[in-house]
Amino acid sequence: MVKSMQESKGDKMFLLGTYVYLCMALVVVLYPLIYILSASISSPQAVNSGQMWLFPKDITWAGYELVFNNPKIWNGYLNTIIYTVVGTLLNLAVTLPAAYALSRSDFVGRNWFMGFILLTMFFSGGLVPTYLVVKNLGLIDTMGALILPVAASVWNIVVARTFFQSTIPKELQEAAHIDGCTNIKLFWKIVLPLSAPIIAVMALFYGVGHWNSYFSSLIYLNSESKYPLQMVLRQILVLQEMSAEMNGAGVSGEVAQAMNSKAETASLIKYGVIVVSTLPIIAVYPFLQRYFVQGVMIGSVKG
Amino acid sequence: MKASKSSATAELPLLKKSSKRAKILANWELYLFMLPALLYFLIFHYFPMYGIQIAFKNFVPSMGVTGSPWVGFDHFERFFNSYYFWDLLWNTFSISFYELAIGFPLPIILALAFNEIRSGKFKKTVQTVTYAPHFISVVVMAGMIITFLSPSNGMIVMLIEALGFNAPQFLTDPAWFKTMYVLSGVWQSTGWGTIIYLAALSGVDPQLHEAAIVDGASRFKRVLHINLPTILPTITIMLILNMGNILTVGYEKILLLQNSLNLEASDVISTYVYRAGLVDAQYSFSTAVGLFNSVINVILLVLVNWIARRTSSNSLW
Repeated sequence: MVKSMQESKGDKMFLLGTYVYLCMALVVVLYPLIYILSASISSPQAVNSGQMWLFPKDITWAGYELVFNNPKIWNGYLNTIIYTVVGTLLNLAVTLPAAYALSRSDFVGRNWFMGFILLTMFFSGGLVPTYLVVKNLGLIDTMGALILPVAASVWNIVVARTFFQSTIPKELQEAAHIDGCTNIKLFWKIVLPLSAPIIAVMALFYGVGHWNSYFSSLIYLNSESKYPLQMVLRQILVLQEMSAEMNGAGVSGEVAQAMNSKAETASLIKYGVIVVSTLPIIAVYPFLQRYFVQGVMIGSVKG
Repeated sequence: MKASKSSATAELPLLKKSSKRAKILANWELYLFMLPALLYFLIFHYFPMYGIQIAFKNFVPSMGVTGSPWVGFDHFERFFNSYYFWDLLWNTFSISFYELAIGFPLPIILALAFNEIRSGKFKKTVQTVTYAPHFISVVVMAGMIITFLSPSNGMIVMLIEALGFNAPQFLTDPAWFKTMYVLSGVWQSTGWGTIIYLAALSGVDPQLHEAAIVDGASRFKRVLHINLPTILPTITIMLILNMGNILTVGYEKILLLQNSLNLEASDVISTYVYRAGLVDAQYSFSTAVGLFNSVINVILLVLVNWIARRTSSNSLW
């Protein structure tokens, strides 16, 4: 009451400006997303001529039919799911025990270990030396090349360590030790059940990373049958589009017309695959948002 | 990056020593816990560091990293004297600074705006929506850029033409590459970038605001003189971290948006390392270029951290 009475005209204008600014941010971010969703079920003619600009027009499911009937996309999807699940499990198995050990103040040598890990954040071997290590390990063109070189991230270890430090009371550990509980038992039976939030955060961070990664498949995989979804997307969204744009400039007449209808189907597929590949994450994310935010915040306490 | 000193320091030296050994023995399993992570960092981070020596050698695969002949700084000289050296350096620096100049302040402004309005449905919706693009993969992002900027039927091109302007050839014109790269990055990461500042803003002392209101300070003045100074340490740290990565531009996205026509503006050190190293298999030369990149990064990080420590109390170490 008192506060609202003191709100001057200038303050009201300022608040109004803030709302306008936020609305603009909302529209700018949301519009392309809605456009893609609408374009994926509109007729390509309506999309390409600009008639469809917000809501779907001349609804057609042809794009999704093409997407779902494409064995390459299915295969990529399956590969991505396998890489994501196996990769994330490995990430958790490496990150959580190490982070827990590093969180223990009675762990002799933890500063040394921490330095060993942190140094890699600031200096790395670079692309080619890393490639050579992966090659010498015989991992080229295997699933191992996609998950082993990213088995842990320094940042996530630091975040998990900070979580363990701040949430697992020292008394608990001491009591467990007095009762004759070993460290393995303590970690497995007491610490992990208390750490559901950080396990979720880690699984989400790592999982999204695996789902979205394409570069390691680009450099380490040769056989197309092993390509994850992102590599298939790259072929559909980036490579074909680029060549179509360049070919389109040089041809005319009948050829151009034939290409046009092909280009129309291609554009329909494009919107379809964007939706199909991104939806799993975008649809799940609002429900898990607080975990993601928590993860960033735990990290920021450190920084 | 700091850790608490062990509690044993107050005890007698002799006791300390034996208690240290007892501690190691009592916690032997913790070393087991560390083992997978240590092996991982050793194999996939420290082995490659050992492999950096091929930057000073002529790497022959059959001779291996250790057996290949030394050539000193030949590869570095070749890189520094090449005609594309300055282009690569300029592109890398200009894209980074462009990105920093636009992309760094925006999350701060957005976070301050979020902080001004009451929590409710509207705030939650805007937050959820602006965070969402963070989860879009680079490939999809590049696909969206290419689709929206397509000269024949791209959404943005049609929008510009509907407003009566002539749309430039965004995808192939070198003059537009950097703007395209930076603005799409802003679209994707501004919302997510607010989280860290919102966390810092939650620590603002409400008493400061009450006192300022009594003194008749306007909302804007309070944001400027209370909220902003409170998050200044966070801003400094973020700036240092960003500066340390100034030569690490998002090569994954650049690689996808690059084509022969915009190469003069889009070729950066890291994409060049990829092309020279893995496409053309010039292992040693590419490693030298990559090493140059890493060294500059480390120097910049140390330098900026030093400046930050001199001018304010906030620094990484």
